[in-house]
Amino acid sequence: MSDEVILLAHGEGGKRSRELVEKTIAARFANPLLAPLFDSALLGEQAGEIAFTTDGYVVTPHFFPGGDIGRLAVCGTVNDLAVCGARPVGLSCAFILEEGLPLVSLERVLDSMQAAAREAGVAIVTGDTKVVERGKGDGIFVTTSGVGVIRNGWRPRPETVRPGDRVVLTGTMGDHHLAVLIARNNLAIAADIRSDAAPLNGLLLPAVDRFGGAIRVMRDATRGGVGVTINELAHAGGVRIVLEESRLPVSQTVSAVCEILGFDPLFLANEGKALLIVDGSAANDLVSLLAGHEFGRDAAIVGEVADGPAGVLLRTRVGGLRAIDYPAGDALPRIC
Amino acid sequence: MPIPIPMPMPQNRSNPFEPFRDPAAAAALIAKIRGSWDGPPVRIMEVCGTHTMAIARHGLREPLQGVAKLISGPGCPVCVTPDGYIDAAIALAEAPGVTIATFGDMVRVPGTRASLERARAGGADVRIVYSPLDAVTLASADPAREVVFLGVGFETTAPTVAGSIITAQARGIANYSVLPSLRTIPGAMALLAADPDVKIDAFLCPANVSAIIGTDAYRPLVEVCGLPCVVAGFEPLDILSSVLMILRQISARTARVENEYSRVATPAGNRKAQALMADVFEPCDADWRGLGVLPGSGLGIASKYASFDAGRKFGVAVLSTPERPGCRCGEVLKGMIDPPECPLFGNACTPESPVGACMVSTEGACAAARRFGIGA
Repeated sequence: MSDEVILLAHGEGGKRSRELVEKTIAARFANPLLAPLFDSALLGEQAGEIAFTTDGYVVTPHFFPGGDIGRLAVCGTVNDLAVCGARPVGLSCAFILEEGLPLVSLERVLDSMQAAAREAGVAIVTGDTKVVERGKGDGIFVTTSGVGVIRNGWRPRPETVRPGDRVVLTGTMGDHHLAVLIARNNLAIAADIRSDAAPLNGLLLPAVDRFGGAIRVMRDATRGGVGVTINELAHAGGVRIVLEESRLPVSQTVSAVCEILGFDPLFLANEGKALLIVDGSAANDLVSLLAGHEFGRDAAIVGEVADGPAGVLLRTRVGGLRAIDYPAGDALPRIC
Repeated sequence: MPIPIPMPMPQNRSNPFEPFRDPAAAAALIAKIRGSWDGPPVRIMEVCGTHTMAIARHGLREPLQGVAKLISGPGCPVCVTPDGYIDAAIALAEAPGVTIATFGDMVRVPGTRASLERARAGGADVRIVYSPLDAVTLASADPAREVVFLGVGFETTAPTVAGSIITAQARGIANYSVLPSLRTIPGAMALLAADPDVKIDAFLCPANVSAIIGTDAYRPLVEVCGLPCVVAGFEPLDILSSVLMILRQISARTARVENEYSRVATPAGNRKAQALMADVFEPCDADWRGLGVLPGSGLGIASKYASFDAGRKFGVAVLSTPERPGCRCGEVLKGMIDPPECPLFGNACTPESPVGACMVSTEGACAAARRFGIGA
């Protein structure tokens, strides 16, 4: 195994920089749009509204069960496009590397990014690499941006959400958050919990094609989890949403670990789950469609839009009713 | 690489509390409760923060509406700790050579001028520990510093505080002391029940406290006040079962101690813990934030352990401080008003910036109502 490390020279624009970019990075991402290494990638003419998004990734540790910082960076940006109904056309990636990072770690992240991009059917078409002095970074920071094209004129319309609409969640909550937390704190929990990091365009875009405007709005439930995302949706639409605790998918293992650590799975981050608000008449068909995809196996109707002031309520498993509010500064560590 | 922290994991990797949250059993209990009472809503006061949180988190008030009204009494030790105690702790923290060791939930509680969190940011040595024994370990590791543990709590915490003093004495650790703010539950319940302002029909008695003091500890209270007392576990089925037990007592016009939490609590309780408390502490008057001074409701450090009493050792007095203007915590803690009826609730007084006792800790009545309340 190579014991090469990232040096400041890798970021200084000379021979080493060129080698790193061409042999280590571009060679892995090889695709026709990237190949010329122009200052911009030329994406060609596109039919439809353009969607554009960006996100930075600083997760520690860089590798954890079910994923790594590279897979997160690709999936996160693909998903931000997908929930706007956009097919990804090209991604950028900017690395900030810390002097002394083992080259094999970077290579592992790059391989993972390329694998995730291929899975999502998108190419990484432009990028940048900077190196900072030892102690001024955390090994590797990744920022990805993405351009997508919206098809068939769909766009998120939270203002069209109305009583009788259903809330659909595409799968189990909390897996990513706990996978990272357990890896980070080296908790000796005998629990097989893997991050759910996954590109959701293959799951969500066929649903948009089929159901169109019956899908009012979609959001990926990342930082803050389902609890924060559903509050944002309720307040954006000015509606009351009632979730059913017994219908919210949580794996038995995540539920048990949450009980031990005092967490609420509603507020744990996910990297491969989306919330959709859909016309009541289309909800069952939507769930059937989602459940046929590997990233939507546990999709379920988890609640509905009701009359009442804007906000979110939870019908609890034991038949009670309570609010789900934004957490009041609970010190959950950063996980994305 | 951090040291792996071993975590107990159930054999089948499922949530061990599931059986106590069974939806069908809960629905059956709720139906029984609703079918067993057609009078005006029975007013039941819980006096334990964990009950307050369980009731809020599982949304139990709504399905019982019209039949039983669950009222959160003074159940959170952090909430009922007066401002003057925090001020005394901060004064100690700012003294040279003193380390304050405390449970984590105390550091954000505001005193009259600051919190321990602020004092720490200003350079005071404030450490968070998970047990009073950790504080003894801190003292033994650094004999040049005085380590003061903030002994705040009810009968669940008191035995471990007593144990830390006995341990420090046995190991000759003279630089350890405790600033006590310990309270006893049954005495406070009796005073509440005798208060003409307090209109309650029954008590939901705490699970953990009762495991220590024993369910017989409520007998004198029942005899004096004539209110049913049911010791309840912390899970939703425990609480619903206990409400049903209370309604049945009231229907039958009886008042006695019943134990729903028999899987842990016994009539006699934990005798070893009781003996520790009797040895190290003696009853004293206690100032409850929001309620005032309740005679005999506190535990002070007995004279023979005076050298472990930070108050005596450092000459620090816990001064009584008036409630802040507009604060209606006293009425909330007595069940006279619901949290949203206080004009400060959610406006001047929020979990991020609490004014009164009930908003201070996450287990306070107002903090729980703010976070989980469903409005009118």
